[in-house]
Amino acid sequence: MKKRHFLRTALSVLALAATGVHAPQVLAAEKPFKVGLIVPMTGAFASTGRQLYSAVQAFTKEHGDTVAGRKVQVILKDDGGIAANSRKLAQELIVNDKVDVIAGFGLTPITLAVAPIATESKTPMVLMAAQTQANTEASPFMVRSSGTITQVTSGIAQWAVDNGIKTAVTLVPDYAPGYESEEAFKKYFLASGGKILDEIRVPMRNPDFAPFLQRVRDVKPDALFVMLPSGPGAALLKQYGQRGLAEAGIKLIGHGAITDDDNLNEAGDAALGVITSDYYATSHDSELNRKFIDLYKSVDSTSRPNFFGVAGYDGMRLIYEALKATDGKGEGMALVDAMKTLSFESPRGPVRVDPESRDFVQNIYMRKVEKVGDEYQNVEFDVIENVNAAGEKK
Amino acid sequence: MLTILFDGVAYGMLLFVLAIGLSVTLGLMNFINLAHGAFAMAGGYVTVLLMRHYGVPFLLCVPIAFVVTAAMGAVLERILYRAMYDKPALDQVLFSIGLAFIAVTIVDYSIGSSEQIIQLPQWLRGRTELVFGDHVLAMGHYRLLIIAVCIALTFVLQYILTRTRFGSRLRAAVDDQRVADGLGINVNVIFLSTFAVGSGLAGVGGALGSEVLGLDPTFPFKFMIYFLIVVAIGGTSSLSGPLLASLILGIADVTGKYYMPKLGSFIVYAVMIVILLWRPEGLFVKRGAR
Repeated sequence: MKKRHFLRTALSVLALAATGVHAPQVLAAEKPFKVGLIVPMTGAFASTGRQLYSAVQAFTKEHGDTVAGRKVQVILKDDGGIAANSRKLAQELIVNDKVDVIAGFGLTPITLAVAPIATESKTPMVLMAAQTQANTEASPFMVRSSGTITQVTSGIAQWAVDNGIKTAVTLVPDYAPGYESEEAFKKYFLASGGKILDEIRVPMRNPDFAPFLQRVRDVKPDALFVMLPSGPGAALLKQYGQRGLAEAGIKLIGHGAITDDDNLNEAGDAALGVITSDYYATSHDSELNRKFIDLYKSVDSTSRPNFFGVAGYDGMRLIYEALKATDGKGEGMALVDAMKTLSFESPRGPVRVDPESRDFVQNIYMRKVEKVGDEYQNVEFDVIENVNAAGEKK
Repeated sequence: MLTILFDGVAYGMLLFVLAIGLSVTLGLMNFINLAHGAFAMAGGYVTVLLMRHYGVPFLLCVPIAFVVTAAMGAVLERILYRAMYDKPALDQVLFSIGLAFIAVTIVDYSIGSSEQIIQLPQWLRGRTELVFGDHVLAMGHYRLLIIAVCIALTFVLQYILTRTRFGSRLRAAVDDQRVADGLGINVNVIFLSTFAVGSGLAGVGGALGSEVLGLDPTFPFKFMIYFLIVVAIGGTSSLSGPLLASLILGIADVTGKYYMPKLGSFIVYAVMIVILLWRPEGLFVKRGAR
């Protein structure tokens, strides 16, 4: 194996020498710019992968596949949401396919598994999904195009304080992103004089919420703060209605994940009136967003873009703009440095990369679920402008 | 307090319907069917798809789920399971868990991995409150329905097993297959129909349970442990064993989560360990039974 590799290298050196001195430069200019997209297209998190991939396709459809004279090629890899796969795929993409950027990454464990590879190989890593705040610390080559749990949660905590909610119970899943959301909510809610009556962590694998919700009802807080993935989120919303928590005067507020635009329509009436915060809603009222939705639907007519969709779209934009800024020559840290200075108008509103955290400083919107025509939508009614990854106003 | 008890009973009843089919195949036919949860999942998906795409009312979906999963059970019994009856336990376990994996992947591929949500009719969404002095008993209508269906099923099953000719033939076929065969009992048909009914019951459990337990392609594995705990604690020699085990489990789970949410789902396992230490054979074992 080693011998063969040596032979091949020797041969190619000879070949290069034979074709003359100018050949390498010509090759460099024509070499396509490769983006390795690692997302879960199958398994429990397939909806994340579908959103990201559709949005990436939507972006290339709109902006073409040539930037600063270089052809951009996206290589899709499905990791099934399993970190060991992602690590292997990232290695293959970098070593065999020689990709210039790796992107995607649906979950925090996946991000943490791949980050060291990005650092070692000096490959820029565009994180399009996993929202644990500390993720970007894992590699100086990582830039995130979604948002952080802390950033999103700070919005609803602030709203709760401003709207006369004095006591709250938190309900989050028993894993790291859940804790982060709980922490963030507590931090902003307690600082403003609010009181947390109980902190409930629910197991991920057994989603009968009956006992937990009964407990909340008996504790009688002003509001119940919830952060859950959208599937169990919808189940919780339904039981919240059935158990009569609303009649008992307990408001349901939450992280935008529970009213995920991708399957809000299936949750139906149960979600009506729920107030959440997030950085993007399909219903966001702007020309750019309407254009984005049309593009997205032309790629995938069966769904509508959610907070992951817009992050996939903006992630590609980061790559394109950075490549343009470096005249198509950017690679490694130069590309990351170019990304750090970017700011642009996204379908979600204005965003700016914070060079410190390599996360977006962006608007966090307050939304309420309403029925608009035939569809259920998160309708934005307030905004907290320019929030950084730690949930602070900048 | 009463409300928690009520929720626990409803949860336990649901577990009972889900697990009783397994108890029947394991206890009566001596076959370890780890794919049992896959039939429950099939029942759930039948309900979801019928309601969403054909607008079939929920209450009609439940019997349809029974029929469809029973038919699936019958077909699979005939072409796959029958060959496995005489095989050692390990073969049976490997075979049936393989089936469960296949089922998970088929559903994942054809329907998608996201959690399915059903919309209950309005009259099932409400709840009724009864006040006894200081105590309030709040009963969700849907949970009342679950309890009613489960009680009805228990009586029907008990009647069939102990009072009908089919029941006695089944018990005869189980006790000694060759003699039963010699007496003119068609053992194959008996086993086929028993397996089908067991699968159908799982389907009913899945249909009723998708609202409470959630439904996604990993359902067979998520709840396999619970089924096995029910069967392990309840024993397989009667219906009352699994019923009591399900109720204990349901109530322990719900009260545990209510009073000690930090411990979460651990309570169930603690209860199982204690009971099995106390009675390693399960709660109910007939003296002299196999």
